[in-house]
Amino acid sequence: MSKVIIIDDEPLARSIVKEYLQQHPELELVQECGDGFDGFKAIQQHQPDLIFLDIQMPKITGFEMLEMLEQPPAVIFTTAFDEFAIKAFEAHAVDYLLKPFSQDRFDKAITKWGEQKPADRTTAALIEAASFSPAQSQRIVVKNGSKIKIIPVHDVFYLEAADDYVKIHTHEGYFLKNKTMNHFEQSLDAQQFARCHRSYIVNVQQITRIDPYEKDNHVAILRSGAKVPVSRGGYGKLKEVLGL
Amino acid sequence: MLVDQAVVLHWFGVAWQPAIIDSVLSNVLLVFCSLLVILILRYYLPKYEQYINILSLCLLLAIIWVFLAKWLLMLSIGNGDAAYANLLTHSLPVRFSIGLLLLGCLTLISILWFNQKEQKENEKRKADAEKLAKEAELFKLRQQLQPHFLFNSLNSINALIGSRPNEARKMVQQLSDFLRGTIKKDETQWVSLQEELQYLQLYLDIEKVRFGNRLATSVDAAEELKDLKLPALLLQPLVENAIKFGLYDTTGETLISIQAAKENNKLVISVINPFDPETSSPKQGTGFGLKSVERRLYLLFARNDLLQTEASNNIFKTVVKIPQQVTKEN
Repeated sequence: MSKVIIIDDEPLARSIVKEYLQQHPELELVQECGDGFDGFKAIQQHQPDLIFLDIQMPKITGFEMLEMLEQPPAVIFTTAFDEFAIKAFEAHAVDYLLKPFSQDRFDKAITKWGEQKPADRTTAALIEAASFSPAQSQRIVVKNGSKIKIIPVHDVFYLEAADDYVKIHTHEGYFLKNKTMNHFEQSLDAQQFARCHRSYIVNVQQITRIDPYEKDNHVAILRSGAKVPVSRGGYGKLKEVLGL
Repeated sequence: MLVDQAVVLHWFGVAWQPAIIDSVLSNVLLVFCSLLVILILRYYLPKYEQYINILSLCLLLAIIWVFLAKWLLMLSIGNGDAAYANLLTHSLPVRFSIGLLLLGCLTLISILWFNQKEQKENEKRKADAEKLAKEAELFKLRQQLQPHFLFNSLNSINALIGSRPNEARKMVQQLSDFLRGTIKKDETQWVSLQEELQYLQLYLDIEKVRFGNRLATSVDAAEELKDLKLPALLLQPLVENAIKFGLYDTTGETLISIQAAKENNKLVISVINPFDPETSSPKQGTGFGLKSVERRLYLLFARNDLLQTEASNNIFKTVVKIPQQVTKEN
């Protein structure tokens, strides 16, 4: 028996998957969830073998939910219309069901899943690709203990590299995210965020002034009073973004 | 000019007849020169750095004009009249100065005139291009929401067919009526509030099937307001916006209400929806519908103050005012 979870915000969309699942007695539906938060909890609790996941959902998208999971299960995406998501699926050869889909198409997806089980690598690549979606450039979703926290990017003061993580500093303190500085440098709006140092990305709207600091270096003083190091190359980038 | 020159020449002792001939001849030639300048400027408007060319042109034309006039006048009058010939020769610098001055003024005025005309045309072209681009953009924005809604509705119907075929049939009917409304309606047309509300009700009913008990709606419009007019499909993007933030982006039960009122001969419609401040801010999401409505209102009434939004206590309220005088003309 394989455990299955359905995550979709529309009850009827869940019911059709449930109906199609009746043809597959080897799959046991352990839970249905109406949003990514619930889905996140259910996946941690049940450790399912396969999930059916919608993309556009309240609170966080299906991609953002996957990103929070340390070991995401195998996924069959179900979506109605999302140009960006479909491009990402095609680029990473991940199977997806376009609503409305037939029993036949559904069965094919299940067969395909059964044939190519450990698909961790493609899922990871897909999640990485999806994190560049327009919807995700406006916020950063982080795990705060066992909870999920959504940080709007304009609330971010600055980002700091910390080993394998990035520290996201906000007025509520900092949050850790398992991503690279390069990832954030690419995904965040270059008009608002500048890589002012190898280990720092600053929200330029938070800067109150830039002071010289030791030889050749500078330091940016933020509204919160925080001081962010600015390297020589970073100073040039900052000036460019600030239009100086 | 004509009379003036004749009188001045007569003053200097030239008989009336040659004075008039002289005046007519020189002025007709001058008019030709002027026309030439205007014609050239009309098809060849100089840039700032080319003004020197135009100055040279004036100078050249003035010189040609003076010598051509002198030659013709000598031929016609000067041969038999030594005193006139003498005066003609001596007055050449004065004639030249006056001619140059006149041509110069004319050139200046022409340049200003043609420049302004060109600028106006450019501005108009630019405005037209911007309008086209904007409309294409708005169209695209609207198209983004529609397929999502459409495919999800079809998916709901697909689910209902197995379990509740009667409801599936009803939803097919509602969806067809809704789509017919979108296709049929011309956005330049005005419709009654009643008609627009019926159409919105279809849309809300479909969403109710999709989201079950989560969505509750209230439409509050007094009987006497139902004949007031508004541009077709104006409210649609506002309600879509309310649905997007109030229903798609929240998890609990949602109440979306539409209220109509009349105020200072304006139809005032409020669309109220809850939103989740943690995940979205409806103000930021203006791209989805509010901008298109604002733009339409501006094109119709040349006013920017007819659409207002406010957000407080997790409730988002959009108020649109539609002046009623204009509707009578339609």
